[in-house]
Amino acid sequence: MAGKLLLEHINVPGIRTFDVYRAKGGYRAVDKAFKTMAPDEIMEEVKKSGLRGRGGAGFPTGMKWSFLDRSKPEKPRYLVCNADESEPGTFKDRYLMEFIPHVLIEGLILSSFALGSNNTFIYIRGEYKWIIDILETAVGEAKAKGYLGKNILGTGFDCQIHVQTGAGAYICGEETALLESLEGKRGNPRIKPPFPAFFGLYGCPTVVNNVETLAAVVPIINMGGDEYAKIGVGKSTGTKLISACGHINKPGVYEIDLGLPVDEFLNSDEYCGGVRTGHRFKAIIPGGSSVPIIPGDLFLKTLEGNDRLMTYESLSEGGFVSGSMLGSGGFIVMDETTCIVRNLWSLSRFYHHESCGQCSPCREGTGWLEKILHRLEHGHGHMHDIDLLVEIAKKIEGNTICPLGDAAAWPVASAIRHFREEFEYHAKFPNKVSGRFAHVDDYKRELNAIAL
Amino acid sequence: MKITIDGVEAEVEPGTTILNAARGIGGELVPPAMCYYSKLKGSGGKCRTCLVKVTKGSEKDPRPMPKLVASCQTPCQDGMEIQSVSSPEVVEARKGVVEFLLINHPLDCPICDQAGECHLQDLSYEHGKARSRYEEERRTFDMIDIGDKIKLHMNRCILCYRCVMLAEQLTETREHGVLYRGDRSEISTFIEKAIDNEFSGNVIDVCPVGALTDRTFRFKSRVWFVKPLYAHRDCPTCVGKTTIWLHGQEVYRVTARKDKYGEVEEFICNTCRYDKKSPSDWTIEGPAQISRHSVMSATQYKEGIKVEAPKTIGYGNISPR
Repeated sequence: MAGKLLLEHINVPGIRTFDVYRAKGGYRAVDKAFKTMAPDEIMEEVKKSGLRGRGGAGFPTGMKWSFLDRSKPEKPRYLVCNADESEPGTFKDRYLMEFIPHVLIEGLILSSFALGSNNTFIYIRGEYKWIIDILETAVGEAKAKGYLGKNILGTGFDCQIHVQTGAGAYICGEETALLESLEGKRGNPRIKPPFPAFFGLYGCPTVVNNVETLAAVVPIINMGGDEYAKIGVGKSTGTKLISACGHINKPGVYEIDLGLPVDEFLNSDEYCGGVRTGHRFKAIIPGGSSVPIIPGDLFLKTLEGNDRLMTYESLSEGGFVSGSMLGSGGFIVMDETTCIVRNLWSLSRFYHHESCGQCSPCREGTGWLEKILHRLEHGHGHMHDIDLLVEIAKKIEGNTICPLGDAAAWPVASAIRHFREEFEYHAKFPNKVSGRFAHVDDYKRELNAIAL
Repeated sequence: MKITIDGVEAEVEPGTTILNAARGIGGELVPPAMCYYSKLKGSGGKCRTCLVKVTKGSEKDPRPMPKLVASCQTPCQDGMEIQSVSSPEVVEARKGVVEFLLINHPLDCPICDQAGECHLQDLSYEHGKARSRYEEERRTFDMIDIGDKIKLHMNRCILCYRCVMLAEQLTETREHGVLYRGDRSEISTFIEKAIDNEFSGNVIDVCPVGALTDRTFRFKSRVWFVKPLYAHRDCPTCVGKTTIWLHGQEVYRVTARKDKYGEVEEFICNTCRYDKKSPSDWTIEGPAQISRHSVMSATQYKEGIKVEAPKTIGYGNISPR
């Protein structure tokens, strides 16, 4: 256990203010980097650390930074912080920005220095209205102390941080849609290539990173990339914020070392404290609503019988057949009182509502999925609807412009794969299910690994 | 650069998209395209009907691409190998896209003015299924008159964004765009204002379906009962090269000339389109080039037939009833 890195001082009163944060060793990394390191060295440290994007995809951050087009010095380069955290079940960035905003500001200063971005944007979702004020206060404080603005710490490097609010669209968390929205346009994802590293914000090379990723640069600089890489297992290095919610005894945001056994995370009193007392563990969505749902026993052990760890690799072991993904760390636990059909309907309704409407499979498909699931849940479903759902999901997956289509399709495919009986029950006994939770006891099933 | 599509080799310029390379080859392997429009910058990538499979990325990097790609957006690489109709996966994906496009489409072809020259009709005939599995209610919108010449029938729209791009690129003022999102998104003008500029009528021509129709032609005739003729006039605003659609001695409508992929060759102005409705306004060049597979070719002129006396030829003067 290396202890907490980002949330180390979270319980210190007043850590939200610059002075307390500074007294607790804040801005040490900026001092160190600006005095002793060149921008390339920071990037080298980040590469060495093996830090992977914390927003969901898990792409190596150092590699993403190295893709940034530096061949045209006349064009400005931008760093954009993606704080449009809208994934159902994920609230880690909110926690970080709300209680310890300076760690993000510090990470942004370091990253902007490394990438040569003089204007850095935080694109934050409109629903986080009060956090916008917190961030702007933090930016103001940092500016007053000379950590932002012109000629930071006498290095000649200028950097401004602008906080920009979104208007409440999930799709604006997709990086190219975010850039469109930031430019003041309709938040439609762009067609890639070109990638933002070459043609991003206002047509200039841009890096878009998640809040937690950028904050993680601070401990990387403080302790050195090699040290940071020692935390974790294999390619999953460092610590990760997990926002645990659902039917557990202690919901909340936890900072864990990647590589922690899932059993320990779920059941130990230090973290989630186990599934709601008196209930059985039924299913889990381990990485935010977009990742496949898996039954509890498949979550604790893989099909081969190995214990799962909280890492990118281990959670996706078994692929889409018996695995899931670490995603953005939205850990949603469900006990046996949850109706999977209703849960899935709720998710599909979300994706239907949030589809941007640009490409046809997603625009039409998400609506179709939602309507069928609504029928099933409300007792108007048929047996053939179940196969139809799978088929529609298959037609959406991979055929869309952005990953929202995949995100809408994966939960459907996995829920039906693992909990088909529940769907069949809904189709067979329509009058027992219409709009009630009570039916769940009727088909309590043994949570065995599915037969392959 | 050398590429191979469905086993057919072709030589293309660097930067050519797969779709344009396929169009260069021609034939069955050309992917259908509902949203891509070569004359409009930034169009394409949205409808997903032009999906193809890349089995070999390039000579340098021969790995296949993991997903099906939109051929209208993907540039060719040297040595690329592409499967279009020869891949069952692609055919299946296209079928899926057609089904998606049709679930909210009213399928009111019998009363739609676009029937006969509708790309969605052709697409569903070629790639679609005979029956839909969609049982739910379709989304509906009210019809809007955008100006006195154009009718917007949003129910039929497949959101290809062509008209939005046209309004953005061809005219100086941007007057219409997309409102809302998901399957509730709709093309509209700013609070149902009229579109008012010299080239606005071209949105009718770029629309692949019957969502934007010419109010001066609505319900006048089925397209296969009018005769398309190439004609031109001296127009101070545009090129003046058009297709006029004759019914007897009357010009029922005027459209821009379209190539074999249904794309306008040159955009025309509203004066040519709406105001020149007499044969004497036009110098007639001859019968328009219409694919022999099109329903419109049923009433096409044969070579060498005098166009001055259309009354005596074909079924054109027989009333539809």
